[in-house]
Amino acid sequence: MAELMLGNKALARGLFEAGCSVVSSYPGTPSTEVTEEAAKYDEIYCEWAPNEKVAMEVAFGACLAGKRSFCGMKHVGLNVAADPLFTCSYTGVNAGMVICVADDAGMHSSQNEQDSRHHAIASKIPMLEPSDSAEACEFTKKAFELSEEFDTPVIIKMCTRVAHSQSIVQTGERIVPPVKQYEKNIAKYVMMPGNAIRRHPFVEERMKKLAVYAEDCGFNRVEMGDTAIGIITSSTSYQYAKEVFGEKACILKLGMVHPLPERLILDFAAKVDKLVILEELDPIIENHCRALGLTVTGKDVFPITGEFSQSLVAQKLGVKLPQAKSLDEQLPNRPPVMCAGCPHRGLFYTLAKQKCTVLGDIGCYTLGAVAPLSAMDMTLCMGASISAVHGFNKALGTQSEGRTVAVIGDSTFMHSGMTGLANIAYNQSNSTVVILDNSITGMTGHQQNPTTGYNIKGDPAGKIDLEALCRAMGFSRIKVVDPYDLAECERVLKEELAVAEPSVIISRRPCVLLKYVKCEKPVVVAQDKCKGCKACMRLGCPAISIREGRAAIDATLCVGCGVCAQLCKFGAFGEV
Amino acid sequence: MTGNVMIVGVGGQGSLLASKLLGKLLLNEGFDVKVSEVHGMSQRGGSVVTYVRYGEKVYSPIIDKGEADFIVAFEQLEAARYLGYLKTDGRVVTNTQKIDPMPVITGAMPYPEDLIGKMQAKGFAVDALDCLALAEQAGSAKAVNIVLMGRLSKYFDIAREKWEKAMEECVPEKFLELNKRAFALGRQ
Repeated sequence: MAELMLGNKALARGLFEAGCSVVSSYPGTPSTEVTEEAAKYDEIYCEWAPNEKVAMEVAFGACLAGKRSFCGMKHVGLNVAADPLFTCSYTGVNAGMVICVADDAGMHSSQNEQDSRHHAIASKIPMLEPSDSAEACEFTKKAFELSEEFDTPVIIKMCTRVAHSQSIVQTGERIVPPVKQYEKNIAKYVMMPGNAIRRHPFVEERMKKLAVYAEDCGFNRVEMGDTAIGIITSSTSYQYAKEVFGEKACILKLGMVHPLPERLILDFAAKVDKLVILEELDPIIENHCRALGLTVTGKDVFPITGEFSQSLVAQKLGVKLPQAKSLDEQLPNRPPVMCAGCPHRGLFYTLAKQKCTVLGDIGCYTLGAVAPLSAMDMTLCMGASISAVHGFNKALGTQSEGRTVAVIGDSTFMHSGMTGLANIAYNQSNSTVVILDNSITGMTGHQQNPTTGYNIKGDPAGKIDLEALCRAMGFSRIKVVDPYDLAECERVLKEELAVAEPSVIISRRPCVLLKYVKCEKPVVVAQDKCKGCKACMRLGCPAISIREGRAAIDATLCVGCGVCAQLCKFGAFGEV
Repeated sequence: MTGNVMIVGVGGQGSLLASKLLGKLLLNEGFDVKVSEVHGMSQRGGSVVTYVRYGEKVYSPIIDKGEADFIVAFEQLEAARYLGYLKTDGRVVTNTQKIDPMPVITGAMPYPEDLIGKMQAKGFAVDALDCLALAEQAGSAKAVNIVLMGRLSKYFDIAREKWEKAMEECVPEKFLELNKRAFALGRQ
């Protein structure tokens, strides 16, 4: 049956059809929907793990037990999972194991735009790269076969445009291969030096066999056209090349991007006058070609940063662009903002008011850095807020302790904040950590996590008690505040910054977008009371604006959180 | 030839349902279709773009400058923002609703005046309508997306019944009547 499917959904369909049995992932844009869609198949056990390292180890355990398994993550998630990645390359698999990594060139929703192909090269694991939804489904199925044939995990690399584009997929039946009986094999699966020393040559030998396989595999194909120009490309760049040139160029489309073929590339190069390498981010295919002695056009013309597009390809290769025009005036931009009624706002307002140095983390609340709140000093990676506040305070001592905090969301805390907190408890810095507990993983679109009490299917699950956890680590000062109550937030923050011991403040209120959260009526501004002082504007709430010198509320956005009313000295905000 | 429709608006306005409906319709018509969406950080009240492309064979999932046949805008500032993507003979179908972006809220910049007049003065074909009022008339402010699809349908040589069939395939049963009313009001 033909169906229009998101690339991520198609990948999940591939998991289903390949008979994959166990899926463990951590959400991260643009990879999240793979696991959400897989969870809709009752035949597949699916879970959200606390982080990508755990997810990959779960998937490894499942493949060891003899069933096909999968884990999915975004590019930076693969850094977190790099530890198991590099060594499961040595052990190989029992049943097939497939890893999806979704890159985010252009940084639509990421803190960097690293190229995940480096991980495949460094860990010596084959990598496939689909260019649309149909290939996402097909490559996933074939990845399991490849995994079992070559005794290796296989990585499927997605990118934002393939992950989040819908295109047509022909669906098939689910075929579950027989369980591969687990057999104890210490030499293969216990990676202590004596065994690992013997496994490393196996890995090198496997790469050689895979390089031979890459020459004739179905993942790579040549599309002959006008031989004046030959383009070697993969993924969405292939689509841009076809869009611009159609049949007017020869194309070598690589579906397997590690290892890269040699003979196939040399044969292709010999047939064309000019060789162009079209790849987003780093020059990996390009460097491979140069090492083969070929003269190519690549990063000397195309940017190493950001996403490509058909216009970019056309422009750089001298193809005429269509005409376009715009208005002449400069338009105000529209950056993402914290939602109206977002529980994080009250807490960030308090931090801004107290002029705190705020070491931030990854999530919706990174938007606390945006004007007018501008209440963030650092965002690095998942969990870094807590470790960094400890380092900051160790460096400056009493100079910083009373005015510096870490802020981290509930899901990010479970992901990799706990170890940082253990460090504060163990190495004793006088640090204040704020856990922004909105009872969900917000940024990626509402995934459950170990603190919410529900699993990926929405069924009741284990629930970790944040207060008890912090207490068990040795924290005696653990305060819970409602971020809608500004006076309470300020009082507790001042108190915890003043004391000479580490403390945790849990700012607790569920995300306003959660279906079960009941919104209040929008507030109204009494026009006779509003003096136009703009104190409420310091919140940066998208529902409040100034119209004709007075505050005005957008009733379609306002959820009646009442935080603005607490800032108004004239009592201008009230209920209908 | 590939047909290109850009759907633009503010994160949270419901553009995903509009692109789903359009994708389903065009698939039913036998076209190759690609729909490119925005998820994640940008969705949080930011400017969002969805690309819908269809034809005998579609390669790129995105629409680039000077390529769009239609810009369907949920908000007028967003219509203005993406004009550069329109073909010279393309058409803007826009909601007249205004939503202040953060630089306007903070007072750093004013919301531009008379954007629709300026677009027309510049030679753009603009079809502007108050979708929010029509959606409320249909029964829910959330139906702005279907009001816009109703208006867009006037410019497509595809029978109304086929639009309604596509709607039946992607809208939950209990909201179907509401959405059909919204579609009819937009198409008027």
